[in-house]
Amino acid sequence: MSDHINPVWVIGEKVDGNIPPICFEIIGQARKLADELDAPVEVLLFGKGIRDRVDSLFHAGADVVHVGDATGFEVYQSEIYLASITALVDERKPQIMLIGSTFMGRELAPLIAAKLGTGLSAHCIDLVLDEDGILEQQIPAYGGLMSIICPDKRPQIATVARGVFPMPTLDESRSGKILQVDPPPEMITRVKTLEVVHVEPKGLPLETAPVVVAGGAGAGSSEGWQEIAELAEALNAALGSTRPAVDEGWTDLETMIGQSGRMVSPEIYIGIGLSGEQQHMVGIMGAKLMIAINNDPKSPVFGQVDIGIVEDCRQFVPALVKALKEMESDPVRATHVV
Amino acid sequence: MLRIIVCVKAVPESKAAESLKIDPVTKSLPRLDIPLEINPLDRNALEVALQLKEGSGAHITVISMGPPPAGDIVKECLALGADKGILLSDPAFAGADAYATALTLAKAVKKIGEVDVVLCGRASSDGATEWVGPELAVFVDMPIVTMVREFVKTDGKNWVVKADIENGYRLVQAALPTVFTVTQDANTPRTLSFSGIIKSRKKEITTWGLNDLGVLEDSVGLKGSPTIVSKLAYVESKRECEFIDGTLEEKVDQLINKLVEAGVAS
Repeated sequence: MSDHINPVWVIGEKVDGNIPPICFEIIGQARKLADELDAPVEVLLFGKGIRDRVDSLFHAGADVVHVGDATGFEVYQSEIYLASITALVDERKPQIMLIGSTFMGRELAPLIAAKLGTGLSAHCIDLVLDEDGILEQQIPAYGGLMSIICPDKRPQIATVARGVFPMPTLDESRSGKILQVDPPPEMITRVKTLEVVHVEPKGLPLETAPVVVAGGAGAGSSEGWQEIAELAEALNAALGSTRPAVDEGWTDLETMIGQSGRMVSPEIYIGIGLSGEQQHMVGIMGAKLMIAINNDPKSPVFGQVDIGIVEDCRQFVPALVKALKEMESDPVRATHVV
Repeated sequence: MLRIIVCVKAVPESKAAESLKIDPVTKSLPRLDIPLEINPLDRNALEVALQLKEGSGAHITVISMGPPPAGDIVKECLALGADKGILLSDPAFAGADAYATALTLAKAVKKIGEVDVVLCGRASSDGATEWVGPELAVFVDMPIVTMVREFVKTDGKNWVVKADIENGYRLVQAALPTVFTVTQDANTPRTLSFSGIIKSRKKEITTWGLNDLGVLEDSVGLKGSPTIVSKLAYVESKRECEFIDGTLEEKVDQLINKLVEAGVAS
């Protein structure tokens, strides 16, 4: 590690007073890239009262942490954060900047990239260096993997999908340099976050549930969706979705599994009425047993799972729910089935 | 009156898009004549504009960058109730990444002139980057609020919106002119009506090319894109599918057996 080599940056963030796992996952990967480049890892962290969290960033692999622990940085305000970050980029000249695909990251990253006149890839699932030390930013596309590079402009900026890199082992003997960041003085902002409201999430959390039931466009209607939700409940599973189901308004964006949503690795995954589109399937690559139900025997989903059932989910799911409920109330039938 | 610009994108029809797969041998994409549709989330953005127009009145201009066939989706927006449609089309615009697309749209927004609100869908169904709205905002020097699910206050110059965050929302005040990206929760987009189609027959769309926007050829399209695709790789699934056959009831029973074996149902 030497100081004259342009650093690898990670834009951290604070959610509910804590640093979310995605920040550590990215620092872990940034450390690997930086070691190959012989560069330092620098993390930016804004928010009031975060100074006591900084040590964990050093333990995860940071060499320098730019801390914005001041009035003006309490909550994410796009214009203030953008001005502060771009000013610091001019000073530190990072070669790579990694940002989590969180709600803040997804708004801030394109603002930073446009302001700096550089490229930006979205929700990467892997980041490697090519033989020239250029960052290959990998995203799933068209049933395969696409590598995006930003050959000339710097920094090379990527947002990173949640859960694709492992949590780094924390080394408590590591420490580093803390540098204070001050918000721009007397800035007139045109948009202002007035209030941040947290709503209790519905259902089981996708990331930790042993069983995940995911529904897609094949549900056909909100009634069809409701049946899939009932199946999830009957199996004590978390309910996930594909983008078309979210676009139809049957479920929230927060339930979306895939590259631009959540990455999950349950014991068992049951995909219902979905076509196996890459954007979704990369989100469940880590599942042990995968099952799909689709009315089209030629659906690409069947090429990506362990067990397939060719049925219209609108008939199959209610029948399955009914059978599961009967099993619960009639143990004799349950024995018979087994 | 409120002056609104809605940015829309012509994307491959979702059913047809599934057939776009990397060829495992040539590692390239097949050339297919895929039918286009309005990007689903851009319909939500247009619906926000149409409801504002029906409420306190607004003038809606729809802009889209794409090849000439994308003109059809601009016409569809007129039939849905937009007042003016502009297609940004030029061979020089081809191959643009999000940055070059946003830059081209920004030139059009500036050329249109006075504007209060720019609306975009949260993301496009084909590129799925979510970057065009925010990058456009930077290029036209407007602020932005992304992932808006509800427009709480839309009178006067200071609007208030609810925007999605992890497990909740933020309440954001925005001084117009502002760019907003809209989620599927904002509304239920209307479908085409016969009278809308009839009324829109008289409306013409305008096409602007490189010279109309006054941009240099190397700042748009592939040449103006900071990012490029360096590799396409075919990924083979390691799973082999065992199909469960029989009647619907037999399939249900067999699946339950598998689930019991795996320790899920008991």
